[in-house]
Amino acid sequence: MMNQNNIPEIPAEKFKFVGVDAKLHDQKFDTKQVSYFRDAFRRFCKNKSSVVAAIIIIVLVLYAIFIPVFCETTYSRALTDTTYLTYTKLLPRNPICVNLGLHFWDGGSKTVLGEANYVYTKAIGVETGHDIITKEYGTTTDENGKTAYVARVDNYISNGFTFMTLTEKQYQDIQAWQNETGVQVIYPATNDKKTSDANIWYEANQKGVAKLDKDGNFVHNYKTSGNDGDYNSLRVAGDPGIENPDAQDRYRYATVTGDSSSVSYKCRVFKYAYFQYRYGFEPCFLFGTNALGQDILTRLAAGARFSLVFAVCISAINLFLGCVYGAIEGYYGGAVDMLMERFSDILSRVPFMVVATLFQLHLAKKVGVVPSLLFAFVLTGWIGTASTVRMQFYRFKGQEYILAARTLGASDARLMFKHIFPNSLGTIITSSVLVIPGVLFSESTLTYLGIVNLDSSTMTSIGTMLANGRQFLSSYPHIIFFPALFISLLEISFNLFGNGLRDAFNPALRGSDE
Amino acid sequence: MNTAKYVLKRVLFMLLTFFIIISICFILIRLLPNETATMFGKDMQLVLQSRYRQGLTDINGNPIPLMQQYVNFVRNTLIGGNWGTSEKLYFGQDCFQIFLSKLPATVLVNLYSSLMAVPLGLMLGIYAALKKNKWQDHLISTGVMVMVSVPSYVYAFLVQYLLCFKLKLFPVVMEAGTNYFSWAMFKSMLPAVLSLSFSSIAGYARYTRAELTEVLTSEYLLLARTKGLTRAQTTVRHALRNAMVPIFPSIISEVIYVLSGSIIIENIFVVPGVGSLYINSITALDYNFFLLLSAFYTLIGLTAGIVVDISYGIIDPRIRMGSKK
Repeated sequence: MMNQNNIPEIPAEKFKFVGVDAKLHDQKFDTKQVSYFRDAFRRFCKNKSSVVAAIIIIVLVLYAIFIPVFCETTYSRALTDTTYLTYTKLLPRNPICVNLGLHFWDGGSKTVLGEANYVYTKAIGVETGHDIITKEYGTTTDENGKTAYVARVDNYISNGFTFMTLTEKQYQDIQAWQNETGVQVIYPATNDKKTSDANIWYEANQKGVAKLDKDGNFVHNYKTSGNDGDYNSLRVAGDPGIENPDAQDRYRYATVTGDSSSVSYKCRVFKYAYFQYRYGFEPCFLFGTNALGQDILTRLAAGARFSLVFAVCISAINLFLGCVYGAIEGYYGGAVDMLMERFSDILSRVPFMVVATLFQLHLAKKVGVVPSLLFAFVLTGWIGTASTVRMQFYRFKGQEYILAARTLGASDARLMFKHIFPNSLGTIITSSVLVIPGVLFSESTLTYLGIVNLDSSTMTSIGTMLANGRQFLSSYPHIIFFPALFISLLEISFNLFGNGLRDAFNPALRGSDE
Repeated sequence: MNTAKYVLKRVLFMLLTFFIIISICFILIRLLPNETATMFGKDMQLVLQSRYRQGLTDINGNPIPLMQQYVNFVRNTLIGGNWGTSEKLYFGQDCFQIFLSKLPATVLVNLYSSLMAVPLGLMLGIYAALKKNKWQDHLISTGVMVMVSVPSYVYAFLVQYLLCFKLKLFPVVMEAGTNYFSWAMFKSMLPAVLSLSFSSIAGYARYTRAELTEVLTSEYLLLARTKGLTRAQTTVRHALRNAMVPIFPSIISEVIYVLSGSIIIENIFVVPGVGSLYINSITALDYNFFLLLSAFYTLIGLTAGIVVDISYGIIDPRIRMGSKK
């Protein structure tokens, strides 16, 4: 052991300063810095179901934005057209399925037809040359021992004929269009009195049951006398007028009424072809049409657009109000907090249905239906966000970095919105995303129940579409199917997306309520 | 003692809240353009008398000042229990009696759905928690996620279309009449019961799974296993009892919400219950019903809130509600 006292004196010049000229720096990070949001995003991307949900949401939003832009036709705009109402309850039809010859999504439905009905349906196909029965499934016998046919009937063609009263100009226009395109719209008029059904063009008894000839063919009942205003266009096969336009027994294509000053033509019009003439394309509705004949594809997009914009607006307004309210509550605490809590306590206990109804009763006439619905949602909607923000403020306000900022002289507002708020942003955004499915659900419920009436020719909501389709649930489920599918998908993906967001921003909470 | 004080405090605050909300509702409804009694034709005497008895008009049927009406409303209606007569829907009949006659249908439908949803939901949740991260768990969790998210009316449409129209298992709408315990009535209620219980089942399953998985990973369960208890014993005796602490209050609140039910499901299946009455009162602008039902829904919500808070303390004595730091 060396004795301390034995150390000889070391001369001063032997000592020298270390690192006098060296510059000391923190070492630079070799890796890139990862910000809070980038980190959250990375975590979010790892959650596959949330990413899928986000993609579905994007697709649905794109649908709501672009379908009305690209798929709006002259038909979906022509809501005031007098003949509009005749194209109702058409089944969904996908052109791809039709071209592939699939018996699915082709605008047809499997129908059980009685003998008379079967012939009646077939007659439309025979006259127009369209395949009205796309597939025969065979026959069944009902409980009365009568034979019934099971067949796939094309809903677009089975709409059949209608009597339409045309003016001189319309009559001529249709003829000109027929000559141009070769598509027959006006079919020969039938002898009157026998029936008022425009589809019966053949000899039939009083009940409309066809009388067939001995080969089983239909016998036509076309008018062969009288005035048809010099019809000079396409004629049906077998018309003597094809060879000789002046033949006495040529078929007549209209019944003329009125004098020369206001002449009108009553014609048998094939709806399918008339649609082509009127709107310039063959009727083919991807999602079908509803009971008012509106195209569900564009209508649903309009409703979805409204619902989405509305929900996002509500969420944004609630976010803003809730943040301000919750921040004040949480930051000041004490008596302020107590009073404000009691106030929001009372407000949150008012049933939402009651609020919405009262707002509708009081404000709908003054400021409109949509603003009053908005007020109803905002009145109690911000409370959830406010309590989240309040908790976050309680959590952060006692921390040292706040104390440091306060010592440096930061004002209350600065502390609240510059120092505390950004730290709780992730949680707050998540909670406001999770508000959206709730708003969508409440809004569709209210419009479904008819407490809020949003239906007009240009606007609708998913709830209204559901309500309108409900009475046809048994016979035309497609009217309700697409809106219901849309809202279900939207709800599922928003919930998944919100949960993913929450896990990403707040890994500690992962799976806390699933 | 402490608990009693807490309960008392909560109940008083609840009554205050209820009073404020119903006062606002009353004044807002009275501010609406109300049809004068002369518009009711020959039976106007009935309406007139009823309004006079409620203290809303003078003896000739002329409206009296709003504040006076309000004071009378508090005295006659809130304290005296006179909710007036129906002026549109059930002309001349006592609102409260009609309301009571509508209650059984709603209660029964919701009761059946709870009786079905609670055990099924708990069972699914427990099973998923025990099979955590196995395929059964993933299957249940995914199904639950979907079922929780899909709106209840979509189930209603599905049930109505598939079971009532296609398979013809049940009648489309609920049986009329008051014979609530007959088999036909029960059968006609089932579609509504089914569509109500789907999201409820999913909710309970999700909640139970989350709570139970948390408890199952805790250390005292490991200790219980080391003591020599079987897995079933630890689960039932230790884990489940602790997991029930937050679940049980939600079951209790469900029992209370049985009274109010779901308006939209009642509407779809034409259940002659409180929800249908509410919607009808709005469309017919029958304000007496509207006020009564608003008060009813508010009261249900408030009561449920209190009962849930109190039940926490009863189930788990370690939780002292309302205690300070």
